[in-house]
Amino acid sequence: MELTREEESALKGEQGEILQMAYRILVATGEATNAEKLIPIEWAHLSGVNYNTIGDAGEEFLSGISKDARVKVKTTLNPMGFDIDNVSNYGLDENFISKQLSIRNSYKTMGVTPSFSCIPYEIFDIPKDGTQVAFAESNAAIHANSYDNLKTNKESSFSALASAITGKSPYSSLRKENTPNVTIRMKVNDPNELTYGMLGFFAGKVGDTSVNISSLADMDKRQCKAMCGGMGTSGTCAKFLFGDGDSDCEKVDFDEKEMQNIHDELNTAEKGDLITLGSPQLGLDEISDLAGKLKGRSFQKRCMIFCPRTVKKQARKIGYTNELERAGCEILSDCCTCLTPLINKDNVDAVTTNSIKGAFYLKNSNGVDVNLKSLSQIIEDETK
Amino acid sequence: MKKILVQGKTQGIVLKSNDPINFLGTVDKKTGIISDKNHDLFEKSIKNTILVFPSGVGSSVGAYTIYSIKSNETAPLAMICQKADLTVATGCALANIPLITITDEEFSSIENGMKISVDTDSSNPIHYQ
Repeated sequence: MELTREEESALKGEQGEILQMAYRILVATGEATNAEKLIPIEWAHLSGVNYNTIGDAGEEFLSGISKDARVKVKTTLNPMGFDIDNVSNYGLDENFISKQLSIRNSYKTMGVTPSFSCIPYEIFDIPKDGTQVAFAESNAAIHANSYDNLKTNKESSFSALASAITGKSPYSSLRKENTPNVTIRMKVNDPNELTYGMLGFFAGKVGDTSVNISSLADMDKRQCKAMCGGMGTSGTCAKFLFGDGDSDCEKVDFDEKEMQNIHDELNTAEKGDLITLGSPQLGLDEISDLAGKLKGRSFQKRCMIFCPRTVKKQARKIGYTNELERAGCEILSDCCTCLTPLINKDNVDAVTTNSIKGAFYLKNSNGVDVNLKSLSQIIEDETK
Repeated sequence: MKKILVQGKTQGIVLKSNDPINFLGTVDKKTGIISDKNHDLFEKSIKNTILVFPSGVGSSVGAYTIYSIKSNETAPLAMICQKADLTVATGCALANIPLITITDEEFSSIENGMKISVDTDSSNPIHYQ
C-alpha cells in the first residue's frame, strides 16, 4: 500500500503513539483487503460498545487510549448493553453496569457522539451522494452502500476507530465501482419484513462483497432495514445493487424452498415467552406504525421495544410512547435486541421476534430459542 | 504472496499449528496457553514464540484478546500466517506484534522449533537460522 509522507511519519510514531497505532490498524487492514492507498472519510460509525461483546479486554483498551485519543471526524456509536433510565428493572450485576459506563465514558472523552444506535442512517442527516464514510455496524454499512448513496467498507470495530482518529480509510473494493458476479432473483410472492430479512440472510451467504437483487417490488423502511440486517448477519457481503446485473452473472433463485431452509435454521420454537421488536432498532416511522396498529389492543406477554434515544424522545412528544406503554410495551433506548444482556436463558426459554438479525444472535449468543413471526402476525396472535 | 501487515523486528523459536486460531475464547489471556481441547496446540503456550498458523477465525473481538495478551506479556513475539484475516491483522496492529503472510509453500517448509529472525525492513523479512 502506498502511503503519503505524512502517513509514513505517523506510522513511524513521529506524531505520537495513538496515531501510530491507528495507522498500524489502517495499514494492516488495507494490506489484508488489497487496498492501494488511504482516502479521506467524513463520518465514522463505531461498533464495539456493548460490554457483553468487547468484555474486559475491550474496556481496558478503550480506557487506556481515551487518555490521548481524539476523533478527527464526525463519529457516532453503536448501542451499548442497557438503557440507564430503566436498567434497575433488569437485574444486571453491578460489575456489568460499571464496566459499561466506563466504556461509555471512554468514547465520550474521545469526542464521540453518544448516539448508541445501529441506525445512524435514520437519525442523522445523510451527506451528499458518493461521500466516503466508515461504518462498522454491518446493517448500517449495507444500508449506506445500498440505499443512501454513501461508500463504506464493511469495517471492523478497529478499522472504524482508526478511521475516526485519522479521518482516513483503506481504499478497498467496496469503495470503488464494483460489479457483483451473482444475481439473486426474488421468487417469493407477497413478501413481508420477515421474508426480506431471510432474503438478506440468503444474499449474505451467497454473495462475496456485493450482490445484484432482481424482481424486488417497492419496499418500505421496515423491509429495507430487515434485508440489510439479515445480510449483515450471515456473511461478508456489504452492498445490494438493484437489478438483473450483467448477462454473464451467475443467477440464483430465492424461492419458497430456500426461504423455508433459512426459516428452519433460525426458527426453533412454536411460541415465545416474550416479544422483542427492534434489531435494527426501530425508527420513528416504525414506532408510529406500531402505535397505529395497536390502537386499543394490549400485549398478552412482555414486549421489549428497542429504539435510539432521540427516537424515543420524539415518540414521547408525539404521544406514541403513551400508547405503546398502555399496550404493555417496555421501551428501551441506547441498546438493541442484538447481543442484549437483558435477555437471559436462565429465565427465558424462547423469544418471539420479526428480526432475522435478532433471531441469529438470540439463538447463538444468548442461547435462547426463537419463534419468528412478522409484525402483523405478532399483533394478531399476541395482543387482545 | 508474502505481505507485511504489521512491521517490526524480533527473533525466536517457531511454534507451528496447522489449525486456525480463534483468539476469543481459546487462548488464556493470563498464561498464553491454548485451552481448546480440539486444537493441535492444546496446552501449549504461545508466549514469546514466533507463532506460525494458517489464519485467525471467529469474532473480530479476538483482536482485543491479542491486545490483552500483549499487555499481560503472554503474547507471541511475531505471527506468520498463510492468509490475512482482519481479526489477527487488527489485533497485531493494536498490540504492535509483527505480522507477515507467506505463500503456502513457505508455510509448509516451516517446522516447529526452528529458530527464525524477523525484520520487516529487510529485503528478506524472514531469516531461517
